[in-house]
Amino acid sequence: MESLTLSDVEQKYYSELFVYCDTDNTKKVASNGRVLDLFRAAQLPSEVVLQWKNCNPSLVRKSTLGTVLMLQCHVVTGLCIHFQSILMEITELCGATRLGHFGRSQFYIALKLIAIAQSGLPLRVESLNSVKDLPLPRFVVGKNEAEARHAALYQDADSQGLYPAPGTALIPRPPGRGHQNKKGPPSSTSLPAHEVIQPLAPSIEAQPEPTSPVISPHQSPPTSPHSWRKHKRQHSGGNADRQQVVAATGAVWTQFREPQTGPVTGDGMWSSHSPPPPLPPSQESWVSFTADTPPSSTLPAMHPSSVQESTTIRTVASAATTNEIQRQSSGYDDPWKITDEQRQYYINQFKTIQPDLTGLIPGSAAKEFFTKSKLPILELSHIWELSDFDKDGALTLDEFCAAFHLVVARKNGYDLPEKLPESLMPKLIDLDDSAEVPEPAAEVGYSASPVEVTPNKSPSMPSLNQAWPEMNQSNEQWETFSERSSSSQTLTQFDSNIAPADPDTAIVHPVPIRMTPSKIHMQEMELKRTGSDHNHPTSPLLAKPPELSEETKLPPSMKFVAANTVGDGYSSSDSFTSDQEPITRQRSQSGASPDALKAVAPPPPPPRPQQSHSRSSSLDMNRTFAAPAAPGQPQPSAIAFPPAVPPRPLPTQSSVPLTGHRVEAEGVPAGGAGLTTTSPQQIPQQPNFADFSQFQAFAASEQPSSLPDIDKHSEAGQADKISEGAGPLRAVKSDGPADERTSATVNSAKGSSGPLAPPPKPVRRRLKSEDELRPEDEQIGPQKAGAIAAPLTSQPSIPRSIGKDKKAIQASIRRNKETNTVLARLNSELQQQLKDLLEERISLEVQLEQLRPFSHL
Amino acid sequence: MAVCIAVIAKENYPLYIRSVPSQNELKFHYTVHTSLDVVEEKVSAVGKSLADQRELYLGLLYPTEDYKVYGYVTNSKVKFVIVVDSSNTSLRDNEIRSMFRKLHNSFTDVMCNPFYNPGDPIQSKAFNGIVSGMMVQTG
Repeated sequence: MESLTLSDVEQKYYSELFVYCDTDNTKKVASNGRVLDLFRAAQLPSEVVLQWKNCNPSLVRKSTLGTVLMLQCHVVTGLCIHFQSILMEITELCGATRLGHFGRSQFYIALKLIAIAQSGLPLRVESLNSVKDLPLPRFVVGKNEAEARHAALYQDADSQGLYPAPGTALIPRPPGRGHQNKKGPPSSTSLPAHEVIQPLAPSIEAQPEPTSPVISPHQSPPTSPHSWRKHKRQHSGGNADRQQVVAATGAVWTQFREPQTGPVTGDGMWSSHSPPPPLPPSQESWVSFTADTPPSSTLPAMHPSSVQESTTIRTVASAATTNEIQRQSSGYDDPWKITDEQRQYYINQFKTIQPDLTGLIPGSAAKEFFTKSKLPILELSHIWELSDFDKDGALTLDEFCAAFHLVVARKNGYDLPEKLPESLMPKLIDLDDSAEVPEPAAEVGYSASPVEVTPNKSPSMPSLNQAWPEMNQSNEQWETFSERSSSSQTLTQFDSNIAPADPDTAIVHPVPIRMTPSKIHMQEMELKRTGSDHNHPTSPLLAKPPELSEETKLPPSMKFVAANTVGDGYSSSDSFTSDQEPITRQRSQSGASPDALKAVAPPPPPPRPQQSHSRSSSLDMNRTFAAPAAPGQPQPSAIAFPPAVPPRPLPTQSSVPLTGHRVEAEGVPAGGAGLTTTSPQQIPQQPNFADFSQFQAFAASEQPSSLPDIDKHSEAGQADKISEGAGPLRAVKSDGPADERTSATVNSAKGSSGPLAPPPKPVRRRLKSEDELRPEDEQIGPQKAGAIAAPLTSQPSIPRSIGKDKKAIQASIRRNKETNTVLARLNSELQQQLKDLLEERISLEVQLEQLRPFSHL
Repeated sequence: MAVCIAVIAKENYPLYIRSVPSQNELKFHYTVHTSLDVVEEKVSAVGKSLADQRELYLGLLYPTEDYKVYGYVTNSKVKFVIVVDSSNTSLRDNEIRSMFRKLHNSFTDVMCNPFYNPGDPIQSKAFNGIVSGMMVQTG
């Protein structure tokens, strides 16, 4: 094979032609079909043949292929023997006869030889390379439109000499395109293609190389377009040199694309099929898409989307080519577009199976029907998969049409798509199941035309979009659709339909709910507290709680305190004024914050010790005064002393020892006034110590055993007090005052504690005074008071921290218990003293009685 | 993470079996075959009561050092077996269930095709696509 050097233009041209002829995309062109047409279109003059033959006898080779070629040439009408010979010679020359097919190089050589022959040069192998500026071979037959277009393209794209368009069969359209390209204006809308071509032809003729008269477009355009274009695309993608041409062609194609419908049908028009029955394009289809072609938009550069679209176009194209004429199985859409005639045919077929157009064809019936098409079961299965959109095992009309269409396509040799083409989507059924079945058919038929094409969208997409919202209802449909549809736009549209954020379902920042009282709450508490408790300012309350809780009844006071402290704590937490606040807050927290919360309105303060005072106050006091008064006359001064005692805490404080005097009151100290008892108990403890020693000394002198002995030393001290009471009153008195002083000091110490102090003070004083008044009782009393005072004094010293408070409470509890025991002993001792006094009284009365007769006498 | 997905017919012959080709497929075939025994055992144990979704999903059939085998049986005694690679992050049970559910749905679609004869090997492209998706996504 001689090396062949081609100019760029030649290269482009030849490759285009090769692509055009290479319908099988096998990079080799069988010497039939398009090649034949192409060569036939070359219309080589006979004299060239003769010349060639004469000049190159050696090149004349005979081969079976040549005979075949000849035979084929015979079959093809309008060929002259000479041309056949030329064709044969060319074939032989390029080596195709040797190979049996036209490889690319062979093809190129053949083309060049044709060009040579057409230019009148002798066909020589040597001339392949030697001839410079050889015009491109011209192919006339049926390709004038393509020529024209191509020429036009070339003219536009390449201002060089016009080259007749290669045998691109994209003719019908192209002329219109070419026309447009040349003329610019989207004219020729109403012109049939051939008419368009003709005007173009002259323009082309104006070009250096004359073009043959335009052939009617009705001539079956050679098969092709889709593969042609496909290859064009491929070539364009691969060959930068051809960009220009490709761009031009691409431009044309994109023009075709823009009005998708137009190009779709147009492509269909051009593309006849490599399989045998070429389908003549219908005039109306011509018109339809020549009408469509005018609205050509800009010529976008080649880009992947266009490539993709071109595939879509290719697939969609040739739908129009389907037979308006051939309704039978050969009616098959290259572009997957169902024409009206096809659809009508399908509908008729549907009716034969299912009279109701809105009904379904069961799977079995469909299976039988489609099995008649003699396609392999596997393919039928695949077709079914594609067409049964809703996966219900039955076919609706649209599904049936799609399936039929695919069967037809497959029978015509077209591969089944992986996904159902959009044009075959049974979308419209979803829109309106019953009534619109025929309409959708029509719509589908027409939808191609007006629909605007956007990348990745098929002409039927708008209707698809309409179907989306309905299709989305079914998950399966949605899934299948997503599988099948490559349209992202619809997906996005779909998403936009459902995407709108539902404010109800919006994630709302959780609003924290305070478990603890808020400030407002606290303020309320504080208001309530302040409102309810005027007597207790905040700070004293803060200060008080420990003492109060210990002095008074513990639980209620705790709650109250807790409530107060909570309120105070929170309110003060805002202000962060006092250190006590966290302490109190902690305290309140530790102590039942819920109680504190509950006690928002602080409960009325539990009865103050004063109440217990009041309960036991006057009578006991009077009694205490009266009782000792009777036996203890020598204690007027002592009697006088007690009134000086401040009254407030007296009753409670004094009630303890007083009750100790009386049996009936015994239960009291142990009972109700727990804290109250503790305080008086505690009070005398300290002075008890001080006094006990004295009393011990005293008791040891008199009646150490008179009292019922209790284990505790306090009792002994009490006994000592009792025994001592009668004796050194003065000592007691001194002690009393001493106690009083001490108690005073203690009181003063306690006084600093505030209101807590008063209760113990008077108690202590009271007790002390009692001890003074009654050497036995009062001694014990103040002792007790002192003892009570002591722990009470100790109480204020108790730190007010929460932890300390707890300890203090515990300590106070212990002390209280001790004082309880002490007071119990004291009680018993006092009772003993009472008995003794009563006995003395009796004895004195007896003496008085004995003495009376004397007085009376 | 599925390295092998198999569909076994009621009569315990495979309708569809596909493995990640990187590994020795025969090993997976053998694994699936041996898993059938476990499936039978589980099916008979689970019992005769109403077959609900939970019973359809058999769960982990057995683990080996390299992979785990999950089973699923349909009401018509068609078994799905998924072999996942243990080296990958262990799939949660829900994921395995969803894989089985997808398989089941796709298998149902294949069954609905009138051109498919039950008992024939499954040659559906859609089914292949689904399986590929499961295997690709996993590893």
